[in-house]
Amino acid sequence: MTKQVQQLDRVIIRFAGDSGDGMQLTGDRFTQETAVFGNDLSTLPNFPAEIRAPAGTLPGVSSFQVHFADHDILTPGDAPNVLVAMNPAALKANLRDLPRGADLIVNTDEFTKRNLTKVGYDASPLTNGTLSEYNLHAMPITSMTVKALEDFDVTRKDAEQAKNMFALGLLCWLYDRPQEGTLSFLRSKFATKPEIMKANIAAFHAGWNFGETTEAFSVKYEVKPATVSKGTYRNITGNTALAYGLIAGAELSGLPLFLGSYPITPASDILHELARQKRFGVRTFQAEDEIAGVGAALGASFGGALGVTTTSGPGILLKAETIGLGVSLELPLIVCDIQRAGPSTGMPTKTEQGDLLQALYGRNGESPLPVIAPCSPADCFAVAIEATRLAVKYRTPVILLSDGYLANGSEPWLIPEVATLPDLTREFSFAGPDDWRDADGGIDFKPFQRDPKTLARPWAVPGTPGLEHRIGGIEKADVTGDISYDPDNHDLMVRLRQAKIDGIAADISPLEVDDPGDEARVLVLSWGSTYGSIGTAVRGVRLAGKSIAQAHLRHLNPFPGNLGDVLRRYEKVLVPEINLGQLALLLRGRYLVDVISYNRVRGLPFGAAELAGVIKDVIDNA
Amino acid sequence: MPEAGQTPGNGSRLDNASGPANGHGPLNGNGQPNGPGPGARRPESLTLVPKAQEKLATKDFKSDQEVRWCPGCGDYAILAAFQAFLPELEVPRENVVVVSGIGCSSRLPYYMDTYGMHSIHGRAPAIATGLASSRPDLSVWVITGDGDALSIGGNHLIHALRRNVNIKILLFNNRIYGLTKGQYSPTSEQGKITKSTPFGSLDNPFNPVSLALGAEATFAARSIDSDRKHLTSVLRSAADHRGAAFIEIYQNCPIFNDDAFAPLKDASSRDGQLIRLQDGEPIRFGADGRLGLRAGRYGGLEAVDVADAARESLLVHDARQDDPSYAFALSRLDTTPVAHTPIGVFRQVERPSYDALMAQQVRETQTKQGEGDLAALLAGGDTWTIR
Repeated sequence: MTKQVQQLDRVIIRFAGDSGDGMQLTGDRFTQETAVFGNDLSTLPNFPAEIRAPAGTLPGVSSFQVHFADHDILTPGDAPNVLVAMNPAALKANLRDLPRGADLIVNTDEFTKRNLTKVGYDASPLTNGTLSEYNLHAMPITSMTVKALEDFDVTRKDAEQAKNMFALGLLCWLYDRPQEGTLSFLRSKFATKPEIMKANIAAFHAGWNFGETTEAFSVKYEVKPATVSKGTYRNITGNTALAYGLIAGAELSGLPLFLGSYPITPASDILHELARQKRFGVRTFQAEDEIAGVGAALGASFGGALGVTTTSGPGILLKAETIGLGVSLELPLIVCDIQRAGPSTGMPTKTEQGDLLQALYGRNGESPLPVIAPCSPADCFAVAIEATRLAVKYRTPVILLSDGYLANGSEPWLIPEVATLPDLTREFSFAGPDDWRDADGGIDFKPFQRDPKTLARPWAVPGTPGLEHRIGGIEKADVTGDISYDPDNHDLMVRLRQAKIDGIAADISPLEVDDPGDEARVLVLSWGSTYGSIGTAVRGVRLAGKSIAQAHLRHLNPFPGNLGDVLRRYEKVLVPEINLGQLALLLRGRYLVDVISYNRVRGLPFGAAELAGVIKDVIDNA
Repeated sequence: MPEAGQTPGNGSRLDNASGPANGHGPLNGNGQPNGPGPGARRPESLTLVPKAQEKLATKDFKSDQEVRWCPGCGDYAILAAFQAFLPELEVPRENVVVVSGIGCSSRLPYYMDTYGMHSIHGRAPAIATGLASSRPDLSVWVITGDGDALSIGGNHLIHALRRNVNIKILLFNNRIYGLTKGQYSPTSEQGKITKSTPFGSLDNPFNPVSLALGAEATFAARSIDSDRKHLTSVLRSAADHRGAAFIEIYQNCPIFNDDAFAPLKDASSRDGQLIRLQDGEPIRFGADGRLGLRAGRYGGLEAVDVADAARESLLVHDARQDDPSYAFALSRLDTTPVAHTPIGVFRQVERPSYDALMAQQVRETQTKQGEGDLAALLAGGDTWTIR
């Protein structure tokens, strides 16, 4: 039969199933095909911390949402247009997000009495009218997959497990996605298990063909490629972009990269990625604990490497003393905090912006350091390079605040030309003996004599003759670095360390404000991963005919020098955060501006529609 | 990109004198000094460390800082022995790094005219691991105490030992917390009366050598602060060990735990107390070397009168035994019923060091896959081009 083809400008699909159903893989493959097709896209994986929660239960539901469009988009979308529910738990857990009229594709094989009871359904929602407001496509995905694989030499269990490929094939047909990437992925993934490979490919084709022949779908959809800047793109997650940014930072500064890390969700993928990149000379050290991870990184920095540690909020707590040591030693160190919902273990796989104050102030004494945050998955690359620049130029630990949403979410990335990346070798040099010759030709090294411009102290690495020196966490005398308990010296050193970090404000771009026509009375100001949701909300507000200014902070310590002026330029400043107002507290304290906080701490990114409503309210009341 | 083991620095600077090029000529790609120096065999742990061009003396390792331990502290003797021993290694001062934690002993780096870091409590082995793993051209020494290494830093100690990182760990054991003014430590004897345990401590103490052996240390030894000759010989053996070397040094704290090791030092009692381990030599101790050791029924060792025992049943010390059980049994002798204290090298076995394995893995990957190309990395995976 010939299907009708309908053009759409954007679609949001959510794949949901049991943790063992392969929904992350399904979503990832769909995303890759969508990326290669040329749509703009944004993704939101959402999965339980338990590796395999009991099958068929609500806590075991794993989902992957992808938003793709023929135009530039910033978020994975608020509400799906299509929900694929592989079992009753997936349906129940996700139905409330599904707007009326949305497409709902359900695997009926799993809707057994037992599975329904597990999630509290007395009767099957497929038949009792619960789903009457949706465009329901109920189909036995598991048994169709098993039937399609009858002639293959695989176990029944293996055949059933290929049901995600059936679903993927169906969705790829429905949205006219290319196939080749997925087929070659399956060929390589199962290269050593040819029967499984053939079965998965057959399941994918079976899903595709089912779409083509069934009457259940009378329409297929097309979303044209987005018109974006010329160049070569790839889809990239925040953690991969961050790992690449660290490798780039090391290459651009000519330093060997040393990562000391301890596995923790959602940061481990950075360790995994860097561990693969030994060809760049990267040394990765999986330490015995978080403290050893940062300790080893700091030790490597002392030896002249680019020392990096990666973790999440609980790990930052454990590393705090060593980060403080780094502040006192004034050595380069990059600390990546991939924030997750807290306090304590919190919700390890869910996102949050709760560590801002910890990053700034979570150490004893006056312990200032630069804090920066990426605004999107791909931006993690550029921010990692910026972290490198600040660390090596100012000889300081730098905290980079990513989060679970950026870490696992992905978006197309215009791959930069290496020649356009900054040359960081110009930002610093190791101290050499000739820099410290006195009149008699001897060497008079002063480990805490600062560069007058940056206030950075010399980075003299072991192996440099004549510059032997001792450093430590005890307060040091200005210039000489000898131990000092002198009251005035301590006051001076506290202020010098602060002034060094404050001085970075002159070395970063001023805050840019997007205020078309310069007529807005309200500014919405944000940091970190909320950029996409807020940007989308701002577009919506403007489309509705209202004026709103938007600004987004990359540098959280120090703030850009013009931030105070920007804040005072607007009647009202709205600060949405996925915490209870940590940036707002800083802004109020620093600039005496009574910003309006908007906070939701649900482990999920903001919805754009929700924010648009909040922004409109503030504008209307301004 | 600097190669594995190469001294770091950005390319242009490596070529001039401002980098860590140290007058011995730059290191070659394997992190090895160009050409072996003249003279005797280098100690095993220093095969990747450059050789000093000039002869160094004890004074070269003394910094200008005033030494500030309490009068009579055992740390003075250890510092002096260490400073006097280092010239023997023929390592340039700039390639020696001393890393410490927190505690009285951990002040030692300030008194050494080498590179040094006085870090934070318990973490020196972790910091030294990062340094030694990324710089095989350095001779890295960790200075720690019984509280620093065995209490707050216990985790790092055991993991550094099992990994066999090329660091030399000197644990000054005075069985007390000195810097915090006299609380009991994890090596204090049970029942110890201190400020924090006015009715006696309840914990069973660690035996540091047993702990190190349990962590599969490839080198474990014990010495005494006051026995300069013995301490120097143990330092020499440690330097000649590729990988992690653990040395427990009994150290007197005259203020908070005076004479804790008096029976081992006193001329009248020490020969009766100590078992001086000499590799390849029959183990003899007690007055006139009357006693020897033989295997007990359950894996332990028992002391026997040499005169009464079958000669072939008596143990000859062999630190190279691959199985650590024998060394562990030796480490238990200072508890009853034998109650004699062995000193010397308990165990010294060959295992690749962590830093060498790490460098090797990088090298092998680079040989197999070619050196990394940033542009190729960024453009890897599925890409698409908009024209």
